[in-house]
Amino acid sequence: MDTKLKDIVLENSNDIVRMWLEEVQSKKNQDYTSTISNELFDSTNREFVNVIFTSIEKQGLTSELDDFSERLINLGWPLSYLTDGMQVFRRVTIDFILTQSEKVDSEYLSKVMKKVDDWVDPVINRLVNEYSGSWEHIVSLQRVALQELSAPLIPVMENITVMPLIGTIDTERAKLIMENLLDGVIKHNAEVVLIDITGVPVVDTMVAHHIIQAAEAVRLIGSTCILVGIRPEIAQTIVNLGIDLTKFPTKSSLRKGFQSALELTNRTVVETDSNDNNIEKLIDTLDRE
Amino acid sequence: MDFQSCVNIKKEWDIVGARQLGRDIAKKIGFGTVDQARIATAISELARNIYLYAGDGKVCFEAIEDMNKRGLSIIAIDDGPGIEELSQVMEDGFSTSGGLGAGLPGVKRLMDEFDIVSEQGQGTEIKVVKWLR
Repeated sequence: MDTKLKDIVLENSNDIVRMWLEEVQSKKNQDYTSTISNELFDSTNREFVNVIFTSIEKQGLTSELDDFSERLINLGWPLSYLTDGMQVFRRVTIDFILTQSEKVDSEYLSKVMKKVDDWVDPVINRLVNEYSGSWEHIVSLQRVALQELSAPLIPVMENITVMPLIGTIDTERAKLIMENLLDGVIKHNAEVVLIDITGVPVVDTMVAHHIIQAAEAVRLIGSTCILVGIRPEIAQTIVNLGIDLTKFPTKSSLRKGFQSALELTNRTVVETDSNDNNIEKLIDTLDRE
Repeated sequence: MDFQSCVNIKKEWDIVGARQLGRDIAKKIGFGTVDQARIATAISELARNIYLYAGDGKVCFEAIEDMNKRGLSIIAIDDGPGIEELSQVMEDGFSTSGGLGAGLPGVKRLMDEFDIVSEQGQGTEIKVVKWLR
């Protein structure tokens, strides 16, 4: 009985494929795949149906299926194309087998459905797994990439480093900020660290608490922390919240913070004489002679 | 504009979601950047309290109108353990989690109206309103 069903399907594969292609083609017009060119859609459909039939023929999952799904993932085809396709295949195949059989009772029907499910379900599961696996992989890569960006420390000058913070600060990131800050201060031998919060959208008590703790830790290892980039609306909310930031210096912009960092390290910015001045002086001295 | 939208707070990142939705609604109502920052900060505090102490709850936003003023009402509801001593949590510097203890009194100062109902074992409901000036 099992092999009989399989034989029916394999012998009449041309009819089933034709019915399947018609169904899938009609789906294309109404949804997501409408932007895909017809030639590509046709060739992918043919390949897809071949993959399905090889997996039925070989009684299980094949390397062709893996290759096919991997390529579609790379091309960015929606997963729903594959699951829809498999569902259409299930329906078409069951319909076809039933039209081919002389006597149809409920026992026979449930057998046919079970057999077709046995062909279709493992393929669907495999496809969904491949897709979700690739998404999880992307998410974890992005998480790592974000983490690398989350607390950068830039040594701009001898003894002065800057940590620009952009985006929301959560507990995990706050920990990273603290670690990177302390590591960096030791590594770059920084006397002054500027924490720039221009890009932090909201400073609530938790964010303020973490910044205060970080600044206090920096103070403990003998350096000074300057909080810069405090926007006017952030300043107002900090005052409203009643957060005490008097323990360390704060500045409105990175430029002002950098200037006071230079002062703290006994340095000043001096404008050098421009070349024009030198030439004028030269001409002056020449005139006198 | 009398719709109500809620954000469920279960994970730390839901706080960001609540904040962004609240800020968008505040912008739509017509609040300026300073008040937007105040509202976003207040939402952040309320949502963080839910995340830290109750673990599960929601923050709801509603654009409200009264006489001839318009405003934004924010309601934070949870079924957490409740607050033991209400007068204590409204004091500056009181915290059970080692934080700054400026959360709830800060929210009260950031917003125009502040209303808190909490019973031990029954959860907490905080309603705050900011009027458009």
